[in-house]
Amino acid sequence: MKYADEFRDKEIALGLAKTIRAETDPGRPYRFMEFCGGHTHAISRYGLEDMLPDNVRMIHGPGCPVCVLPAGRIDMAIRLAERSEIILCVYGDLMRVPGSQGASLLKAKARGADIRMVYSTIDAIRIAEDNPEREIVFFAIGFETTTPPTAVMIRLAEKKQLSNFSVFCNHVLTPPAMQNILESPDIRNIGRVEIDGFVGPAHVSTIIGTAPYEFFAEEFGKPVVISGFEPLDMMQAILMLVRQVNENRHEVENQYSRAVTRDGNLRAKEEVSDIFELRDQFEWRGLGPVPYSGLKLKRAYARYDAEVRFGMNELCVDDNPACECGAILRGVKKPVDCKLFGTVCTPETPMGSCMVSSEGACAAHWTYGRFRDHQQRRAS
Amino acid sequence: MCLAIPAEVTKLLPDEMAIVSIDGVSKEISVALIENLAVGDYVIIHVGYALTRIDPEEARRTLELLRELSLEGQGVAP
Repeated sequence: MKYADEFRDKEIALGLAKTIRAETDPGRPYRFMEFCGGHTHAISRYGLEDMLPDNVRMIHGPGCPVCVLPAGRIDMAIRLAERSEIILCVYGDLMRVPGSQGASLLKAKARGADIRMVYSTIDAIRIAEDNPEREIVFFAIGFETTTPPTAVMIRLAEKKQLSNFSVFCNHVLTPPAMQNILESPDIRNIGRVEIDGFVGPAHVSTIIGTAPYEFFAEEFGKPVVISGFEPLDMMQAILMLVRQVNENRHEVENQYSRAVTRDGNLRAKEEVSDIFELRDQFEWRGLGPVPYSGLKLKRAYARYDAEVRFGMNELCVDDNPACECGAILRGVKKPVDCKLFGTVCTPETPMGSCMVSSEGACAAHWTYGRFRDHQQRRAS
Repeated sequence: MCLAIPAEVTKLLPDEMAIVSIDGVSKEISVALIENLAVGDYVIIHVGYALTRIDPEEARRTLELLRELSLEGQGVAP
């Protein structure tokens, strides 16, 4: 077994679609938010929406770390990278995320800033070892999935006694964002979205386990099904959500039991809790400031905190007012509802963050979904 | 960012590193987040780190259940 192809079987998927259709009540809507960008990508890539009944709607959520990073944090990173003593190490998908006034790390690199794309935090450590005369800053972003690798990197930097290494920390947490979507007063000016259940993140949950969602499911009365990223995983998760809604249950169920347990990866969680602590709040693109949703380095590790080390000031900038990323990230609007979509905003020239990462709702729809729109228009 | 792939551990290296094979393509990754890993284990890889070990028994059970659920919609008794 290779744990991929087996979960992409077309015949089984078609059978699952029939089971879902047989079990849905045509008299009511089923509105499920897939929080994670990986799921958004899978839904578009495998055409899963075409297999679902019309009254089952998938709503794209804010679970794309590149998409939710506010423009101000990009501007802060650009300012760092423009300092001659600094090498800024970044994950590749950050390069084209728009900051203010069309700025991006890619443009800063073209102007001469020393910005290096890395695949892994281990690469950043190697760059620090190879360049002892320079200051190496790792631009850390991501949910609970990418936080443990950052923690391991800091532990490694300490072990190797690297004095030229620090982290610009932008790590965020999944459960507070899910809660924010359901209760935040900050989003009333854009509108709320009705959600009947959540497809829970796959790889975030390998780390945090299923337990953190239990309070959430109980408190808000919403079912949560943790799902793998393969198409059959998602179809099964949707069926499990349909059954919970039909039976008026709101439990946490684990479809992705081959990789996720209730307690998650204890070793990874220990690494994170040793090094990080909660910020009082952190700004998310599309959600605004979300309480206790971001991480920073503990005081004991302040020497590795780029914000402390380089006296970085917080920058808050407004998104392009014509860009609908904020509403799209919360599922209130669809990519095609944005007047920039597919005209001035494409993956080649992204105006908003949702068009940058392949997991962004707009990029996924541009790559796979717009052909479906075209077919639907022709059919009508 | 969040996309992660299953890979087979083919060689354990010093300093919590390992070589994994993804459809025959070898890659060096960190296994600092997983305890008691053995050659032949499958892991989920993300940004150069093994996040978790895949449980083959659970995977088999999920596939079995998927086949059953797929037949249910077609009115076929599994």
